[in-house]
Amino acid sequence: MAGTASGGSRRSRLAPYLLVAPGILWLLVFFVAPIITLAQTSVAGTEGPWWDAYRRALSNYGVHFFRSGRYALSATLLALALGYPLAYFIAFRAGKLKNVLLGLVVLPFFTTFLVRTFAWKTILNDGGPAVWLLQQLHLLGEGGRLLDTTIAVVGGLTYNFLPFMILPIYVSLEKIDRRLVEAAEDLYSTPVGAFRKVVLPLSLPGVFAGSLLTFIPAAGDFINAQLLGSPNQQMIGTVIQNQFLEVRDYPLAASLSFVLMAVITLGVLAYARVLGTEELA
Amino acid sequence: MRRLGRWLMDGVAWLVLAYLFLPIFVIVLYSFNKPAGKFNFVWKSFSFEAWRNPFAYAPLVESMKLSLRVAALSTLVATVFGTLIALALTRYRFRGSSAVSLLLVLPLTTPEVVLGSSLLSLFLDLNTRTGFNTIVIAHIMFSVSYVALTVRARIRGFDWTLEEAAMDLGAPPFRVFFKVTLPIIAPGIVAAAMLAFALSLDDFIITLFNAGNRVTYPLYVYGARRAAFPPQINVLATAILLASLLALGATVLWQQRTLRQRGMGVTPLG
Repeated sequence: MAGTASGGSRRSRLAPYLLVAPGILWLLVFFVAPIITLAQTSVAGTEGPWWDAYRRALSNYGVHFFRSGRYALSATLLALALGYPLAYFIAFRAGKLKNVLLGLVVLPFFTTFLVRTFAWKTILNDGGPAVWLLQQLHLLGEGGRLLDTTIAVVGGLTYNFLPFMILPIYVSLEKIDRRLVEAAEDLYSTPVGAFRKVVLPLSLPGVFAGSLLTFIPAAGDFINAQLLGSPNQQMIGTVIQNQFLEVRDYPLAASLSFVLMAVITLGVLAYARVLGTEELA
Repeated sequence: MRRLGRWLMDGVAWLVLAYLFLPIFVIVLYSFNKPAGKFNFVWKSFSFEAWRNPFAYAPLVESMKLSLRVAALSTLVATVFGTLIALALTRYRFRGSSAVSLLLVLPLTTPEVVLGSSLLSLFLDLNTRTGFNTIVIAHIMFSVSYVALTVRARIRGFDWTLEEAAMDLGAPPFRVFFKVTLPIIAPGIVAAAMLAFALSLDDFIITLFNAGNRVTYPLYVYGARRAAFPPQINVLATAILLASLLALGATVLWQQRTLRQRGMGVTPLG
């Protein structure tokens, strides 16, 4: 009897490790090990000192890094401005329609990402409906274009990652105790005041998670820039892909990729510091 | 003043919803287009032709078959791996559990282009030829995290003493698992598997790096911008949308029914 009891407890001590083993091993071999290989590849160049690839990466493609950061930041702010009202509407004002609206937010993203981006190309095309509309409103001159502009690329990025902004904000708004808002109003707070002092601070974890989930993929994306922009809008993802798959300058490609990851990780940590929250997903 | 603010907020919300659906509308509309040339980017005339011959382009059909095979295989493996991790994290307190949670989140905070390119440098390093197997490996890698986090979020707070009750009543462990544990966690697993399937079917960036000369559906669409962009691409995209809509509707109904049977309230999607 004693033997089975201790055998049972040993089994239950081992059980969690056995359960996580297959998945975690997979992540160690195909996520962690590749990052290490990437670092090794980046310093394996045959010419110059070990950091030669990094020097070339930063001096030749610094402009692409800055552009990617600028576009991703613009897209994140736009997604926040568009996504917050919708998340607020679904959480507080949609009533019975809540689940239907949540479904509607996710539904467009069940069509292929690339086909959606091509659809934007159709909409923004020269002689297409968007250009026509803006010309009628005299917001765009004769021969003015939308395709191949920064507006098109940032607009595409905003569109593609908008649900990643809406859903976390919705989740944090949904958790707010309605009585807190009522209490603020009972204490003669204006609706704007109640929003600013109660709702907004409590929704910050959602804003934080949503901003990261928008910024990170936007900074690494290259489809929107490639399909909706011109070479003047090229982002760092295009350069990495091109160096890896076409030029095959592996040390340079790996160092570009590594710098992108390092910059984003540092950015995430700094952002977490500023907002004072550790909540991620 | 108060009314005005509300109307403004509601107005913005509806406009954003319209913005979300604008390209979807275009995708469906252009599946009925009869384009003048090879590229279905400019409206010419209404036609059912592409819907009548959805499989007219063999390479497009092949790419869709490949994508479905990759998605099925990677979803199966990732769902098992991810569910086991989620069970371990919710059922046991163990040393290293926070490291496991961190390792799950990291792939989600790494840009896809880094995930794809680092995996390619591993395969180059090992002299592995990229192709079907490496695509599946990559898809399992990014799906495991999504599955584990989704299942964990869904099964947190369930009453695990039910298992003990079943064991006290003399049920053998495997019976406990199939009769008690699995029915409890099944809705979460199905939701996670659907997510993994959708992510795999849609993945472009990571696949581009690790596909070798294999062409998945998103890779085909990407290449189509150079050669020809037939309306059949829109037909298949619309079909995927309809299929997801049906799957989503069916699981929501099924979950509401099982929850009602257990006398629990209906919880929202997430």
